[in-house]
Amino acid sequence: MLLVVRDLTVALPIGGRLVPIVESVSFTLGAREILGIVGESGSGKSVTSLAIMGLIDVPGARVSGSVRFRGRELVGLAPRAYRALRGREIAMIFQDPMTAFTPVYTVGRQIDEQIRVHQKISRADARSRTVRLLGDMGVPDPERVAGRYPHQLSGGLRQRAMIAMALSCNPALLIADEPTTALDVTVQAQILDLLRGLRREYGSSVLLITHDMGVVAETCDRTLVLYSGLVAERGPTGALFAQPGHPYTAALLDSIPPLHGPRPARLPSIPGSPPAPAERPAGCPFAPRCAYAHEACAVRPALVASGVQDVACVLPAEGRPLPPRFVAEMSA
Amino acid sequence: MTRLPVDSPSPLIAAQDLRMTYRVGRGQVLRALDGVSLSVRPGEVLGLVGESGCGKSTLGRCLLRLVQPSAGRVVFDGTDITTLPERRLRPLRQDMQMVFQDSYAALNPRRRVGDLVAEPLRVHPAPGGGRRSRADIAARLAELMDLVGLPQAALTRYPHEFSGGQRQRINIARALALSPRLVVADEPVAALDVSIQAQIVNLFMDLRDRLGLTYVFVAHDLAVVRQISTRVAVMYLGAIVELGEADAVLHRPAHPYTAALIAAVPEPVVRTEGLPPPLRGDVPSPIAPPPGCRFHTRCPVARDRCRVDPPGLRALPDGREVACHYPLVGEGH
Ligand SMILES: Nc1ncnc2c1ncn2[C@@H]1O[C@H](COP(=O)(O)OP(=O)(O)OP(=O)(O)O)[C@@H](O)[C@H]1O
Ligand SMILES: Nc1ncnc2c1ncn2[C@@H]1O[C@H](COP(=O)(O)OP(=O)(O)O)[C@@H](O)[C@H]1O
Ligand code: SF4
Ligand code: SF4
Ligand SMILES: [Mg+2]
Ligand SMILES: [Mg+2]
Repeated sequence: MLLVVRDLTVALPIGGRLVPIVESVSFTLGAREILGIVGESGSGKSVTSLAIMGLIDVPGARVSGSVRFRGRELVGLAPRAYRALRGREIAMIFQDPMTAFTPVYTVGRQIDEQIRVHQKISRADARSRTVRLLGDMGVPDPERVAGRYPHQLSGGLRQRAMIAMALSCNPALLIADEPTTALDVTVQAQILDLLRGLRREYGSSVLLITHDMGVVAETCDRTLVLYSGLVAERGPTGALFAQPGHPYTAALLDSIPPLHGPRPARLPSIPGSPPAPAERPAGCPFAPRCAYAHEACAVRPALVASGVQDVACVLPAEGRPLPPRFVAEMSA
Repeated sequence: MTRLPVDSPSPLIAAQDLRMTYRVGRGQVLRALDGVSLSVRPGEVLGLVGESGCGKSTLGRCLLRLVQPSAGRVVFDGTDITTLPERRLRPLRQDMQMVFQDSYAALNPRRRVGDLVAEPLRVHPAPGGGRRSRADIAARLAELMDLVGLPQAALTRYPHEFSGGQRQRINIARALALSPRLVVADEPVAALDVSIQAQIVNLFMDLRDRLGLTYVFVAHDLAVVRQISTRVAVMYLGAIVELGEADAVLHRPAHPYTAALIAAVPEPVVRTEGLPPPLRGDVPSPIAPPPGCRFHTRCPVARDRCRVDPPGLRALPDGREVACHYPLVGEGH
C-alpha cells in the first residue's frame, strides 16, 4: 500500500477548547489507484488532506493517529523532512490555480524552477521538460503557453498548468482538492479525463477530494464518504453507488435531481443540515436527519462490513441493510 | 429586422434582440449579449443554462432593468421598460424581483431578519397607496416565514445565525414580500450543498404552484434546470443557441453544444461502457468571438460552411428554436 491512514484525528482550538474536526478517519490507497473523498462543505475533506500533507499550521492544533506513506510514518515528522517530501513524492493541487502560481513569473519559468529545486539539470533541459509536461496535459501550443503569465490563461489552461507543475517531479501521490469545482462542466470533463489517465502515463495514485457524487462515480476506483468529520461509508465505487450501505450515502444520492428518466414531482431531500464540529451528537452524527434513526443510534456506530463496503451504521449488524438503489436508464 | 417572439400570446416578459456591450480598454468591445430574443409566459419557468461568462446574469439583470441594455427591447406585461425612467419603473419593480447565489452577501449582517424582510414593505407603498401599518407588516412577515418554511422566531435573529440554506430562504422571503409576479433567480442553489439544494429547489417549485409565480431560473447545473423548468434556453458566448420545451431540449438536444453540455455532466451512476470523449478547448473570449458559427472552434460536427456563415435561430418542426446549420434532430420529419 502506498498510503495507509489509521485513526487520523485532527482537533483545532475553537472558542477556547480543542474540538475534533476530523475523527478516526482510516483508509488505504494502493499504487495507481484513485480514491475519492466525498462530503458536503465542512465535512472535513480539506482538513484531512492538509493533515496528510503536514500543512495544518493552526496554533494549538493536534493531529493524532497514523499516516504511513511508503511505510514511513508522517504524523510527527519534522517540518524539514515534510518539506522535502512535498513536491517530490507527494504533490497537491487546489481548486484555485492562482494559489499555486505567483503572478510575477511566467508559468513556464515557475514549472522550470520547481523541476530544478529537486533535480540538478540545466535551464534548457528543464524548459524542454516543462513543454513536454504541458503538452501531455493537453495544453495546445505548449511552448507559447509556457511563456505566458498565469492571469493570461483561461481557467482550464491554468488548471492544466498547475497539474503539470504538480507532476513535474513524478510524485507517487497526487492530492487534488476540488480540482474542478471552479471549472465549467465541459472543461471539468477534460480535467477528469486527464486525472484518469495519470496512473497510466505517470504511475501516480490520486486522492481526489470533491463534494460532487457525479465526479466520484466517473473518476474513482474506491470512495470514502465523510459526514461531519467521520467516515460514514467506504468501499469500491461501483458497489457503493449501486447499493449504498449508509443511510446518508443513500439519501445524498436520492437528493440529486436526475438528468435522465422521469422527473420526480418533489426531490427527496434530507431535512436539516449537518452539525458544526462543536455540536456533533455523541451517537451517530447523522441521527438527527436520518429516517432510520432509533435507540441503538445513540451510541456512536463503528465501521462494520456491509457487502463489500464498510459502513458506520447499526442497520447491517441488525440484519436489515438498505435495499439496492433504483437508477433510471441512462439513454433517452 | 428581428421578429417578435412568435409563441407568446401574452408573455409576462419578453426580450427582443437584446444587446449589451462593454468597453474593455484599448478600443475593444465585449459583447456580453449579442442579440437575445425570448419570451416567458405567466406560470412558466424558463431555465437559462450555459458556461460561465456566456451572459446569463447579464440577461437576468437586463430583464429586470437592473441595468439598461445597449440595444434591443424589454417588455414587461405589455409595457416597454427598456428606457423607462426609474420613477416610472418603480411601481413595476414590485412585480419583478431577483434572488442571487450568494445568500450572505445579499443580507446586511447587522440587521435582524425581520427588518431585512420588511424593508421592501416599508419602501414601497401599500396596494391602495399610503404606508403599510405596523400590524399589516407584522402579519405579512408571519405569512412569509410560513411560506418559506422558517420558524417565526427567525424574525428576531441575525443572518449569521443561519445556515446557507436557511439564508437562501430569508432571501426568498424578502423577494416575495411584495407579491411579485416574476422572479429572476440567478444561480440560487449553486452555493448550497446537494442535500440542502434539494430543499430549496422543492421550495421554488412549491412557491410557483401556490403563488402562480413565473421564474427565469439561471443555473449551470443541467439536472437542477431540468427539475424545475418548463422551457430551457441554452446560451453560448452571448447568444441563445437552443430554446424549447425542457424535455425536448434535454432529452433530444438539437444543437451540438447542448448535446456536449449534457454529455459532460458527471452523473452519480457508475457506467459500464466508456465515457464519451470530452469536448475540446475552452470557451473563446467574448471580445473576439469566432466568425461564422461561434461554436465552430469546438463543434465535433462542424463543416466548412460553419466557419463563415453564422446560423440564426430558426424553428424546428417540434417548435423549438436552434441556431445551427446541421441540427442533430428534427428536420426530416
Ligand atoms: N482554522 C480553523 N479553525 C477553526 N475551525 C476550522 C479551521 N479550519 C477548518 N475549520 C472547520 O473544520 C471543518 C472542516 O473544514 P474543511 O475545510 O476541512 O471542510 P471541507 O469539507 O473541505 O469544506 P469545504 O468543502 O467547504 O471546503 C469546518 O467546520 C470548518 O469550519
Ligand atoms: N461590468 C462589466 N464590464 C465588463 N465586462 C463585463 C461586465 N459585466 C459582465 N461582463 C462580461 O460579460 C460577459 C457575461 O457576463 P455574465 O453575464 O456575468 O455571465 P454569466 O453570468 O453567465 O457568468 C462576461 O464575459 C463578463 O466578463
Ligand atoms: S446509525 Fe442509526 S442514525 Fe446513524 S445512519 Fe444508521 S440508522 Fe441512521
Ligand atoms: S452551425 Fe456548424 S459549427 Fe455551429 S453548431 Fe451547427 S454544426 Fe456545429
Ligand atoms: Mg474544502
Ligand atoms: Mg453569473
